Amino acid sequence: MNTWSWDYVGDIMPQLLDGLWITVQATLLGSLVAFALGLVWAMALRSPSRWVTWPVGVLVEFVRNTPLLVQLFFLFFVLPGWGLTFGALTTGVIGLGLHYSTYTAEVYRAGIDAVPKGQWEAATALSLPRGRTWLAVILPQAFRRVVPALGNYVIAMFKDTPMLSAITVADMLFEANSIGATTFDYMEPITVVGVLFIVISYPTSVLLRVLERRLVR
Amino acid sequence: MTGPLWELLFKGAWITVQLMVYSAVLAAAVAFGIGMARTSRLWIVRFLSGVYVEFFRGTSALVLMFWLFFALPLLGWQLAGIWAGTLALGLSYGAYGSEVVRGALQSVAPAQREAAIALSFTPWQRMRKVILPQAVPEMMPPFNNLLIELLKGTALASLLSIGELTFQAKLARLSTGESAQVYGIILVMYFVIAFVVTRVMRVLERRAKASIGQAPKTGGWFSRRLSVSRQSAQPSAVGGGH
Repeated sequence: MNTWSWDYVGDIMPQLLDGLWITVQATLLGSLVAFALGLVWAMALRSPSRWVTWPVGVLVEFVRNTPLLVQLFFLFFVLPGWGLTFGALTTGVIGLGLHYSTYTAEVYRAGIDAVPKGQWEAATALSLPRGRTWLAVILPQAFRRVVPALGNYVIAMFKDTPMLSAITVADMLFEANSIGATTFDYMEPITVVGVLFIVISYPTSVLLRVLERRLVR
Repeated sequence: MTGPLWELLFKGAWITVQLMVYSAVLAAAVAFGIGMARTSRLWIVRFLSGVYVEFFRGTSALVLMFWLFFALPLLGWQLAGIWAGTLALGLSYGAYGSEVVRGALQSVAPAQREAAIALSFTPWQRMRKVILPQAVPEMMPPFNNLLIELLKGTALASLLSIGELTFQAKLARLSTGESAQVYGIILVMYFVIAFVVTRVMRVLERRAKASIGQAPKTGGWFSRRLSVSRQSAQPSAVGGGH
């Protein structure tokens, strides 16, 4: 039977906060990758050519329906074999971003679908080129609808970053684990990590709900 | 890849399926229990079930799993790995599922409830005979999504050294050194399991919709739908994207 020790919590806090910083970095960088790639997938899936839509569709479905953890292992062990040697964090960010890009692609798709058809027709009537139609007409209108949903995926990514510890990224769970392994006392480190997750993700999701109510009418 | 290694992977796939089924049963129980509690008349029941949902959606499933496996023994309970995995997955995906249940219950037309009251049904009869039969078909597509998320979540259990697919792949990789091949194979195996689950859920959805006289929407052969109706009564049920 183990009793909770606040002194112990105080001692390990700096190390856990270092881990938190890595967790936050991984989440933000992963989000950038996911936002950019997701938009690429969403636009590619609207291409008139089946040579584009088919492979992209298969890729998206495959990535969406297989575990992120296994994808991370795949990237971590395979990329060096292809002559691409990255640090663990970079590999983690690529994996996280790629995995979630298949979700953000769906978000963009829904946002683009929500733009009234007349807007496309108007762009055609003005004989705007395809690139300008996207950039000047469609995307600005789709954007405000997708912001809250994208935000939700940022929170989801945040909660998935502990998986990166499995490929030796020194995130919060990794730090908690290594503390536990040296002191044989896992209770405080893992509990603190769990609490830190809630302390960050819950207020963020409340904020997003407020934002959602403002932006989506 | 030689015969024994394939056998190892198939054994792992079988444990993955078991883990998925156990956690899905627990998650379904939690989802219905908490989902119904969130529509209760009593504020304290609504409040406590709301706390449950925010707690389990707020934290990471992997951290929860580690907590159950490494921290709980210090309080005197030692869980076998597979049960720590089942409990963590069931409790957290149950929290996501409860939002689906709540949204579906609230999307049943209020007049249906009033009609049942007018027929002087008891609250339980109302739920069982009027509300649930109409709400369940609504729940099927999001439950399909959640089940795939749950399947993907089972891979986390490999970090507790449970001999499921991802863990066995690690063993196979250590003995062959063929990382790309081994992880490629198990990615395909997960994909196949997900495909089968999705098709089965589609059949169930079709049946459920037919039983209340609705035609199901048709989708692609595989694609899971972005089925979270953001416009309807469920505020950002995407919470975790799961």
